[in-house]
Amino acid sequence: MKQQDENPKHLTVKVWRGTAQGEFQTYQVPRRDNQTVLDVVTHIQRHIDPGLSYRYACRVGMCGSCAMTVNGKPRWTCRTHVSKVTEGDTLEISPLRNHQVIKDLSVDMTEFFDKWARAEGAFVATKTRNDDFEAILPTDKQRKIASAGIECIGCGVCYSACDVVDWKKEYLGPAALNRAWTLVNDVRDGGMTVRLQSIAGDAGCHACHSQQGCVEGCPKHLNPTAAIAGLKRRAAIAVLKGEL
Amino acid sequence: MSPKQESLIWIAQRGSAMVLIIGLIVHLGAIIAAVQGGISAAEISGRMNGHTGWFVFYLCFLVAVSIHAPIGLRSILIEVTSLPNRSVGLISLLLAVMILAPGLRAIFGLYGVEW
Amino acid sequence: MQQHRNHSNYWAFLVHRISGLVLAVFLPVHMLVLGLAIEDATRFDGFIEWTENPLVKLAETGLIILLAAHLTGGLRVLALEFLPWHDWQKTVIAITGGISLAIGLVFLLNAS
Repeated sequence: MKQQDENPKHLTVKVWRGTAQGEFQTYQVPRRDNQTVLDVVTHIQRHIDPGLSYRYACRVGMCGSCAMTVNGKPRWTCRTHVSKVTEGDTLEISPLRNHQVIKDLSVDMTEFFDKWARAEGAFVATKTRNDDFEAILPTDKQRKIASAGIECIGCGVCYSACDVVDWKKEYLGPAALNRAWTLVNDVRDGGMTVRLQSIAGDAGCHACHSQQGCVEGCPKHLNPTAAIAGLKRRAAIAVLKGEL
Repeated sequence: MSPKQESLIWIAQRGSAMVLIIGLIVHLGAIIAAVQGGISAAEISGRMNGHTGWFVFYLCFLVAVSIHAPIGLRSILIEVTSLPNRSVGLISLLLAVMILAPGLRAIFGLYGVEW
Repeated sequence: MQQHRNHSNYWAFLVHRISGLVLAVFLPVHMLVLGLAIEDATRFDGFIEWTENPLVKLAETGLIILLAAHLTGGLRVLALEFLPWHDWQKTVIAITGGISLAIGLVFLLNAS
């Protein structure tokens, strides 16, 4: 077992400072066993440079607030062990790609959530409290498909990993489209027509090329690529039936 | 492009892809068999002239690729360039014509119809 | 801020896109050359002689490989979009299919 005091190793950490314009600044951070990237960032802000802006909340891998780009890949920093990602004794930390940078490691996620709304990612009720419950078995095929995608907490990692989001500014993105797919498969939902219109348009599902950066990155192991493939099929059926 | 048009384009692309997979297997098989021992213009004309089967096959094959390649080009232009949609559409259409026109000429000519 | 793109599906996409672009450029040329076979047989046969040049043969081989790559890349996309999802199967289709097709074609073409 390594004694921390006997073997004081350091990490050389490059951190993005600034907005879209800026530069990487380098810090020396004490390396410890069982250290996460969030620990590293927190150490810098508390002990070296209090001016560093970053975000976190739960620090236990539940909220998704701490997502940043670590050595080129978008990750939850609280769930990323330094030993797993460091190359030699170096780390490079920058804000999530495809979002506007507010300052340093904090990004503006407004557009991400706007696209969620634009994809009609909200449930449209068809019953009132006076109606009987909709009886849906957990074994129901469509329910299983919907359930496979509902654990999304909107952390933005998939959106950050997606190249098409980078290349096509209006592209709704994996998270919004994944959410739309869960609702397409919710038999209680009444918003199908409007939703299909929005996910099948210029900014919609057809731009996905199945590169699966989203699948690679999703910390909850969801599959937006499969959801988007489902949307493509559903839109095709709709246009052939004259519903689009 | 409207949701309806985008969806139709997707169907056309996947549909033409499926036609091309089968068509390519047939085409490459035929070409490999044909080029054994060298190829010449006379050989090709001889093989194709008056042969309705190959005529129909190559017509379908050509139409499929004239749909498939331009749609593929369209995606690249939209994502890599900042050209307006109208220009993208025109360039894609241009590719379609550049494949279809000489292709039809070749197929009709080889079958034996004066173009 | 460079994005790491080491996963196989990214490369599959890139190969598919580049091969498609090259083939799209090649196709009008292919049709025009074929037209020569009817219009001017002598010119066509002369053109065929030119293709005996080893550099041209190399380019032809390259085209066949790109064709094989694009075809199997397309099979991958069709599998992803239409078949039930199995994570690893999609890439395996592409890789093995591509290799076998390319090898087969290159061998057969070089045999002539």
